[in-house]
Amino acid sequence: MKAVCWYGKGDVRVETVPEPKILNPRDAIIKVTLSAICGSDVHLYNGCIPTMHAGDILGHECMGEVVEVGSAVHNLRPGDRVVVPFTIACGQCFFCQRELWALCDNSNPNACMAEKVYGYSGSGLFGYSHMYGGYAGGQAEYVRIPFADVGPLKIPHGLHDEQVLFLSDIFPTGYMAAENCSIQRGDTVAVWGCGPVGQFAIRSAYMLGADHVIAIDRIPERLQMARTQHQATVLDYQDVDVSDALQDLTGGRGPDACIDAVGMEAHGTSIDALYDRAKMAMFLATDRLHALRQAIHACRKGGIVSIPGVYGGLLDKVPVGTAFAKGLTLKMGQTHVHKYLRPLLTRIEQGEIDPAFVITHHLRLEEAPYGYEIFRDKKDKCIKIVLWP
Amino acid sequence: MAQHATTLPEQQPTRAARHPRNVSKLERGLSLIGGAALVLYGLRRSLGNLSLMLGGGALIYRGLTGYCAAYQALGVNTVYRDTGHGIALRATITVNKPAAEVYRFWRHLENHPRFMRHLESVVSTNGKRSHWVAKALLPAPIEWDADIIAERENALLSWRSLPGADVDNAGTVRFRELPNSRGTEVRVRLEYAPPGGIVGVAVANLFRSLTEQQLKEDLRRFKQIIETGETPTADHPKVSQGVSR
Repeated sequence: MKAVCWYGKGDVRVETVPEPKILNPRDAIIKVTLSAICGSDVHLYNGCIPTMHAGDILGHECMGEVVEVGSAVHNLRPGDRVVVPFTIACGQCFFCQRELWALCDNSNPNACMAEKVYGYSGSGLFGYSHMYGGYAGGQAEYVRIPFADVGPLKIPHGLHDEQVLFLSDIFPTGYMAAENCSIQRGDTVAVWGCGPVGQFAIRSAYMLGADHVIAIDRIPERLQMARTQHQATVLDYQDVDVSDALQDLTGGRGPDACIDAVGMEAHGTSIDALYDRAKMAMFLATDRLHALRQAIHACRKGGIVSIPGVYGGLLDKVPVGTAFAKGLTLKMGQTHVHKYLRPLLTRIEQGEIDPAFVITHHLRLEEAPYGYEIFRDKKDKCIKIVLWP
Repeated sequence: MAQHATTLPEQQPTRAARHPRNVSKLERGLSLIGGAALVLYGLRRSLGNLSLMLGGGALIYRGLTGYCAAYQALGVNTVYRDTGHGIALRATITVNKPAAEVYRFWRHLENHPRFMRHLESVVSTNGKRSHWVAKALLPAPIEWDADIIAERENALLSWRSLPGADVDNAGTVRFRELPNSRGTEVRVRLEYAPPGGIVGVAVANLFRSLTEQQLKEDLRRFKQIIETGETPTADHPKVSQGVSR
């Protein structure tokens, strides 16, 4: 079968690889009908995530048709159409039973690697390094789904792939980011990053009762999407001082909650952003966190900073003193996708949202290398790419 | 951290001697010599020195029996320092199931090769005795018989190898159910003392790879099987036929 394989920084190739097989009783194999390139795949593409091996199959947003199930999978049968959560979860451990699906104790076969770095390991992830399990990803014609009796969500007739694909990651990720803000009626929420997760965070903040969402980015088409799709107020950080602008827009009080939907590879124009860039270029740092610093600085007293953006290592010059002085709450982590699948599917079915709005490019799987390039470089007004095999 | 075992605690015969041995052969010899010297020295003194003679007597007793009350009180045991190879490993994990279920899975010794990577097979020969075969790198298998020497249902299990084992080993596992359905804590202590000689080399090669990290991985597999019925794997296809883009 064809699959998108990682070979190093800036090097992904479409290769012919053996088709996956059922390895465990709770496995299923799906024939992928649609997959996507995620912003966090760009971290892999940029070589920012350790423990990737040449030839690893990428992709953690996918859906498809069940073609084979293991002996212990009774809720799925060949022919079912499913969306697959990017986090792999067993459903039976201490964490799954507390709805902390992305922290599943049993799905990462390489947990000892993550434990060395983080103390404890999160769940296994599709196509996201060996530290997260070394699972083959879904940017392929077929993919093996472990714990298939727990994860995949069956999709009812009448919804097309583009409407439901993003239940696999970015819609729940944006939604959880907004939910973590504990939004009260009348709240103002500021969102750094208007990429796909940022877009869903903006929409979700409105769904959860925010009165006003302010979106911050520098890419014109992304700001425009935030404005036209969600009626957010937008700020181009190249044109304005973000902190001043946020203070002004909130009558001097500051946003009630701030969402950092940027993560470890933030861009910025200030001194600290240049400092991060220089350090990262010299391999002295793992993450650039300009957006996070700004979010902590801008947030109102007693507010919440929610971090769906991915961070991987040690963060330099995090203004913890600022967070402490203002009594902030910081919430973060991989998305507990399983928890959100059904509620968000319902919102899609009821027409509250059509997640397909974020798609700008439909490419064939073979065109994935081109897709990674334009997505990384934000060329051709690229916001979200879906791949069909 | 792996540490040199001060003892294989269940080694001591239970009925043969009133007290378990806890003094090494070398020390026992030195105790005998020293004790005899003290007694003789005490006898030679005109008044006879009771304290010297008592002390000498105690040393002789220690040398003859191999038991030292002071060592016992201090928790010291030098018997198995003789080989210099006694190793103790510890690991702990919490399994998200009631103690009865966790205990039952462990007590069914035939399950052990499913999660202990260094084992080939275990067969229970009767209620207390079992035959263990390790995955050997040499043609000759490494095997031993073991007895369960302590058992408290849903709480504790201790076993040790019988004399004549290719590798002298012992272990204890404790189970503690946590309140509020938080699962069961499983604490394992495993000890082994590879013998010398050619067999010893083979055994050492096998057991050298058994580290505390691996014991932890064994326990993780134990937990995964009980909780999920399987152990996760990501054995994924590698590129086979060149580039086809």
